[in-house]
Amino acid sequence: MELINILSMWTIPVMVCGIPLYGYFKGVPVYEKFVEGGQEGLDMAVKIMPYMIAIFFAMGVFDASGAMALLSRLLSPFLSYIGLPPQILPLALVRPLSGSSALGITASLLREWGPDSFVGRLASTMQGSTDTTFYVLSVYFGSVGVTRTRHAMATGLIGDITGIIASLYVCRLFFG
Amino acid sequence: MINVIWLLLIVGGTVVAALQDELPAVTDAVMNEAQMGLETVLGFTGMMILWLGMMNIAQESGLIDRISSLVKPFMRRLLPEVPPDHPAMGAILLNVSANLLGVGAAATPLGLKAMQHLQQLNDNRKTASNAMCTFLALNTSGITLVPATVIALRTSAGSVNPTEIVGTAVIATTCSSISALTADRIFRWCSTEDGRD
Repeated sequence: MELINILSMWTIPVMVCGIPLYGYFKGVPVYEKFVEGGQEGLDMAVKIMPYMIAIFFAMGVFDASGAMALLSRLLSPFLSYIGLPPQILPLALVRPLSGSSALGITASLLREWGPDSFVGRLASTMQGSTDTTFYVLSVYFGSVGVTRTRHAMATGLIGDITGIIASLYVCRLFFG
Repeated sequence: MINVIWLLLIVGGTVVAALQDELPAVTDAVMNEAQMGLETVLGFTGMMILWLGMMNIAQESGLIDRISSLVKPFMRRLLPEVPPDHPAMGAILLNVSANLLGVGAAATPLGLKAMQHLQQLNDNRKTASNAMCTFLALNTSGITLVPATVIALRTSAGSVNPTEIVGTAVIATTCSSISALTADRIFRWCSTEDGRD
């Protein structure tokens, strides 16, 4: 665990020093190359703006209208059957759809139940173990103009469901 | 698929709101969320420029080729249709490394870069290639060793031991990645030669 702390503290500083330093010794004009690559980053950001707005706005409507809450209620018998604490339900549903909502839910669960409670640990594990499928797919495919995504969505959701169930059982085993 | 889900979110949300007499909430969401989406992009544009700048230095100096050669055997198995010395491989490897280390801010720009290169190898520009699907299976399953954001959240919430969930998160993410990659393989076998399902 100490190692993890050290790793998360050192990763970025080591990267931003190491990469240019290595480049410099290899005779790369580091400043010019940085700016050149950065220009590409800017173009990309401009390109993904509409995709981002498309997702945010659709997710926002779904959430604000109460449809998300309704979906949680509909699914709750199934989820309580597999033993998922009801407080976790909104997080499990939102995690694949919206990264910022999921982060918000996790933050509020940690505040309400405490980070060292079972709910807090389970929420943290879930938040840390899967990514926002819907967001990743729309932004990644959107940035290159792919519209037929084939089985990518199904694959992503299978991964998410596995991640949620695995989080629950691993937390039970370790913290239950 | 994305078209249908997107439409369902908007229409479903609006219908539910209408039934509950909550239509103003929908109007509010439309107004605010568009702005939020824009602010989110602006929020990471700086990071995007920074990491793609770094990436360009790493590319020019040959650093990427060196890193690539370490994980290449594994990735070559996973993505047989990407030539090992193609720039796509370098970007994919950096994206996966950034994800493993929990540096999300670096992972996204590198991932988008990888998609650009994969698109160059794609025969049908509108349709996802096998390699893209596998690459995204890795990304959406959130493969990580250091869930940095959660550790930060737990620290700020006053946890006694913020990093105690690292072990459980790594086991859970390993399960989700293995299942996503397995599902991807099965879908791949089921789809026809020209990459159509």
